[in-house]
Amino acid sequence: MSRIPLRPLARILDARSRGENPDAIERENIRQRHEEMQDRSRARAEGRLLVLGVFFLCAFSVVGVRMGLLATSEAQEPLASVKGATIATQRADIVDREGRILATNFETHSLYAQPPLMVDPIAAAEGLAQVFPDLDKERLIKDFTGKRKFIWIKKRISPEQKQAVHDIGDPGLLFGPREMRLYPNGQLAAHVLGGAGFGKEGVNAAEVIGVAGVERQFDGYLRDPANGAKPLQLSLDLTVQAAAERVLLGGMKIMNAKGASSVLMDVHTGEVISVASLPAFDPNDRPRPPTSGLDPSDSPLFNRAVQGVYELGSVFKIFAAAQAVDLGLVNSETIIDTAGPMRVGGFTIGEFRNKNYGKISVADIIVNSSNRGTGRLAMQIGPERQQAFLNSLGMFDPTPFEIVEAKGGQPLLPKNWGDLSTVTISYGHGLSTSPMHLAAGYAAIANGGHYVSPTILRQKGPQYGPRVMSPTAARQARKMLRKVVTSGTASFGEVPGYAVGGKTGTADKPKPTGGYYEDTVIATFATLFPAHDPKYVLIVTLDEPSIMAYGEKRRTAGWTAVPVAAEMIGRVAPLLGLRPQVEPGETAGITLTSN
Amino acid sequence: MRSIIYVLTALAVFGLALWAYQENYKTQQVLKDTQRLQREIGDAQVRLSVLRAEWAYLNRPDRLRELADLNFDRLGLLPLRPDQFGRVDEVAYPPAPLPPITNAVDVSTLNGEQFP
Repeated sequence: MSRIPLRPLARILDARSRGENPDAIERENIRQRHEEMQDRSRARAEGRLLVLGVFFLCAFSVVGVRMGLLATSEAQEPLASVKGATIATQRADIVDREGRILATNFETHSLYAQPPLMVDPIAAAEGLAQVFPDLDKERLIKDFTGKRKFIWIKKRISPEQKQAVHDIGDPGLLFGPREMRLYPNGQLAAHVLGGAGFGKEGVNAAEVIGVAGVERQFDGYLRDPANGAKPLQLSLDLTVQAAAERVLLGGMKIMNAKGASSVLMDVHTGEVISVASLPAFDPNDRPRPPTSGLDPSDSPLFNRAVQGVYELGSVFKIFAAAQAVDLGLVNSETIIDTAGPMRVGGFTIGEFRNKNYGKISVADIIVNSSNRGTGRLAMQIGPERQQAFLNSLGMFDPTPFEIVEAKGGQPLLPKNWGDLSTVTISYGHGLSTSPMHLAAGYAAIANGGHYVSPTILRQKGPQYGPRVMSPTAARQARKMLRKVVTSGTASFGEVPGYAVGGKTGTADKPKPTGGYYEDTVIATFATLFPAHDPKYVLIVTLDEPSIMAYGEKRRTAGWTAVPVAAEMIGRVAPLLGLRPQVEPGETAGITLTSN
Repeated sequence: MRSIIYVLTALAVFGLALWAYQENYKTQQVLKDTQRLQREIGDAQVRLSVLRAEWAYLNRPDRLRELADLNFDRLGLLPLRPDQFGRVDEVAYPPAPLPPITNAVDVSTLNGEQFP
């Protein structure tokens, strides 16, 4: 770049000769030079701005294009994310306390048709009618040749059926994957498991939802993918449940009962090891609930163990005796006059077969099952304390047992709990509860006086609730119950080695119209074993049993429910790991007379 | 000097570009493998759950009871009863092992035939 001198000598001399100021030339040159510098820096700045502008344009176009792509493309899972390890798409399994499967999932297919895709609708309909005999051929032909574009044919088909449909070879017959709930043990524990059905259905998937039992109660847990297929562990024991159901079914048939139920409960943890209700159903093919206005207990869906709310009769007498001992009113040897007549609120309280036991001890009241005896104990206790005690045993509310049906087991209480109700409730009439309530009440006696709430979930260690009676009262009550079996109404209940203690109860069934039937009863045997150190409570209830014995038709629990319960203990106790024990006897009555 | 730096820089850029290109393809291959493995794991899990369901179905108490009844002649299985419990002292000690044979007597005539 040629640099113009600020004071070019030629022009200076020329200007001087003309008498002009040569400084003007210098200033002019400086001005020109500054202009050139300005032009240059402006050009450079403009260039920089341009580059920056292009850069920003590119950056924003990239962002814009990416946004557009993201907005228009299908959403896709990131490839590197780990799936399957912790997130399970399937409904969780249900297992028993040892981890054996009670409910699991199975992949099957559903069958649907799209008539517009069909090559030969008539042949397809004929083929389907052959594969599935329950389908109506005329109806299928009508559907396939009509205007419909989509038809569900079967919700679940087996692999063999799928192959048979495949062999028909029509492109209009299509399959969708279906997850099916499978109960591999069939009818076993049907009432606890309940069943499952399909919720929202699509072609590619269907929602499996719980319909009843634990499936419904824990539906949220079972469906939550975040649980990672961790199974729901119940307190049931598969083998014990199978043995109990087997014995109960046999007993129900022998005793000509129309229904039966049993509850086996751990007295320390409240875990229900087995709960059965007969007749049962197959949860794989759950029958529809009865729609007509029949007695709901006639349906196999009816869970007698938790929904069957009945007056259970004399099994309640032990609560009156235990409370009287707990309050210090009596002890097991106190003599009570059970002689009649006894009139309360205008009603006469009688005994079974109008017997008269006279003056007997509290223990003998339980052994002989004296109505008047427990009535007199209840009169001493009074209605308020009786109500508070039964309430603390959970007899006023539905059991907290975790299946949806348990909420239906609301006990029926007398509207006006006066003296008459106090007396009748002391021997189990006027208060209707389910066998599950009774199991919780007997568990309190068995474990030394703590309420335990029955649960279907596996527990760790004892789950004692509030104390409801003193250990002494519980111990005396257990002795009375043991005596009922050794020398009372439940003599058929003795199982060698297991020291069974229990109380029988035979209650007339109430008529729907009011009053009681003469010859239909509910026979109950409530037991705890071994009586000196109880581990389990077993309640067996037979609905309308009767058996011919010694030339007479017998309906009382001592002849019906007790032998069934004894057989059940003999079968179930070894499975529970209880080995037969010699019962610790009474300490010998040696008195120190002199030192 | 300066040109050498330029050349080296350009070579470094080429090298890094090549490395990035290779890593990109390797990553994609690994992702594909992962996806395939995950699909296989999923399939295996489905198969496993089917097998578990079949196992549970084959072991259902009803079937076992029927099988025990059918094979009663051979197996003689009965439900467990309380009187079948034993005590440890009822179990016999295993028989004592035989002492080692030190003075073996050859009863075969084989040796005699070989060495008459």
